[in-house]
Amino acid sequence: MKFLRHSDRLELALLLVVAALPLALQALGEDYYISFATRLLIFTLAATSLNFIVGYGGMLAFGHAAFFGIGAYVVALMMAENITSAWIAWPLAILVAALVALLIGAISLRTRGVYFIMITLAFAQMIYYTMISLKNAGGDDGLPLAQRSTLAPFNLADDATLYWVTLALLAVCIIALKRIAASRFGRALAGLRQNEVRMEALGYPVHQLKLACFVIGAAIAGLAGALLANQNGLASPSQLYWTQSGMLLVMVILGGVGQRYGGVGGAIALLGLEEALGQITDRSQLYIGIVLLLVVLYAPRGLVALWVRQR
Amino acid sequence: MTQLVLEQLLNGLQFGLMLFLLAAGLTLVFGIMDMVNLSHGSLYMGGAYLGAVAAQASGSFLIGVLAATLGMAAVGLVLEVLLFRKLYTRDHLSQVLATFAVILIANEVVRIIWGPQPLMLNPPELLAGPVELLGFSYPAYRLFIIVVGLGIATLLYLLVSYTRVGMRVRAGASNRAMAQALGVDVRRLFTGIFALGAALCAVAGVLLGPLLAVQVGMGENILILAFVVIVIGGIGSIRGALIGSLLVGMADTLGRALLPTLLRAVASPEVAAHLGPALASIMIYLLMAGILFWLPQGLFPSRA
Repeated sequence: MKFLRHSDRLELALLLVVAALPLALQALGEDYYISFATRLLIFTLAATSLNFIVGYGGMLAFGHAAFFGIGAYVVALMMAENITSAWIAWPLAILVAALVALLIGAISLRTRGVYFIMITLAFAQMIYYTMISLKNAGGDDGLPLAQRSTLAPFNLADDATLYWVTLALLAVCIIALKRIAASRFGRALAGLRQNEVRMEALGYPVHQLKLACFVIGAAIAGLAGALLANQNGLASPSQLYWTQSGMLLVMVILGGVGQRYGGVGGAIALLGLEEALGQITDRSQLYIGIVLLLVVLYAPRGLVALWVRQR
Repeated sequence: MTQLVLEQLLNGLQFGLMLFLLAAGLTLVFGIMDMVNLSHGSLYMGGAYLGAVAAQASGSFLIGVLAATLGMAAVGLVLEVLLFRKLYTRDHLSQVLATFAVILIANEVVRIIWGPQPLMLNPPELLAGPVELLGFSYPAYRLFIIVVGLGIATLLYLLVSYTRVGMRVRAGASNRAMAQALGVDVRRLFTGIFALGAALCAVAGVLLGPLLAVQVGMGENILILAFVVIVIGGIGSIRGALIGSLLVGMADTLGRALLPTLLRAVASPEVAAHLGPALASIMIYLLMAGILFWLPQGLFPSRA
């Protein structure tokens, strides 16, 4: 494998270990943790997509739950119409999320700073309230899925298969985002983060570049949402609510904004902590809050940065 | 029909004024220190709980209001000195993370102290019934809220517009560095503003207590409305917060009450029944997106 650089080889090794996880869990008889690990991967994907917008695009978007939730609702609504194939429903989930992001982004990117935070939040809330007032989307209760999507030749009803499919999609997305970050487009985004005015003066189409970044992130979030609907067996309004956007943002900040594995580290740290604390106390939210405060005060660049620096 | 509209106008005014109590503190925190504070809703929740408990224990609504106001002012003071002071110089991301953490902690602390069940808070007996007003009856308690809200809004407006302290606050919101250079102790000023903002939140929490449920999570819903208000009004502007509150209060209340009826006039009943509630609940967000589209700094930009 000569075409792989050293860091790539490390990542490949890590991927193989993570891929072997369900076999190990099955051998140990801890099948419950396969579902948990799938959830972890899905949130990792969602957080990674937000990290692309926040960390690479430099846009502090506070409405990511909208795209995450749309993905889930598209799959559930298709299922209600008896269209179970993932080959149709998942790309559609990605497409709808991307189109909505195109619209929201085109308007929101006229504002900046705090106003951008707030307008993305407002749009996400609009989608939340629209979905809960639609009768055929299940209202407040959300929309249950009759079954998991069918992804011939794979059998998604099997928990381990869903895990592997999720892992494969996550790996593809991470590699794609890595390539994008290294491309001319990615370099232009890095330039924008440094100095937007100068990039504009150099003739870069600033607005379009940021919009493209926003849409790419949203499309991946749509895919993550489609996966979560399959994992939960439900498209839930809580997945669209602003606290979900907050949670995803917390994951990104916790892991490290703009770090390639910031989304991964943050999602695993937060959900892992929640799961571990849930085993020993009913008050896990209290301790998570305290941990987050400690991170803000003592590890301002996130956990991944902390680890990278110490090596 | 006119009676319905009039009644809903009063409800809108009442809701708008309560939103103003929340938005006033938030807009100053935001405007002067450029600080995103998601935990403002937690102060509102804290106020409602303190008020409900104190009112229950003493049997007096007034004591409930006083206890909530003073209690949350103290909490605000402590929070500012211990935590928020460290966040002013940090970027928005850190502020989001830290104040989101405060929400998680506050919700859990409230659950530990008062349990997961919502608390009941009754309006004072004197105001329990309806009053006759311009030929129709209106709940006396809602009228009371309007009067109190108007009173506080006027006092606050006078404080910010016509006193020396208010002048310093406005100077801080317009250009913090310049105000500091001219000898304004922005740090101390801000501690004061934060405590005042917390107290106003608490008042809103107690007053709305009998109308809405006093429960964990109540702050998260109203926080977003308060954000919408200050963004519409222009961050850092008290006048903007007042206008924004009234706009949002009216749009939300009137939208919910009248939109389904109005839609029925132009569309089929089935479409109206589906579209009405959806449109009513996204009304204020549409309003905000529209205003930001044409005026990206809100109605009353405070920065020079």
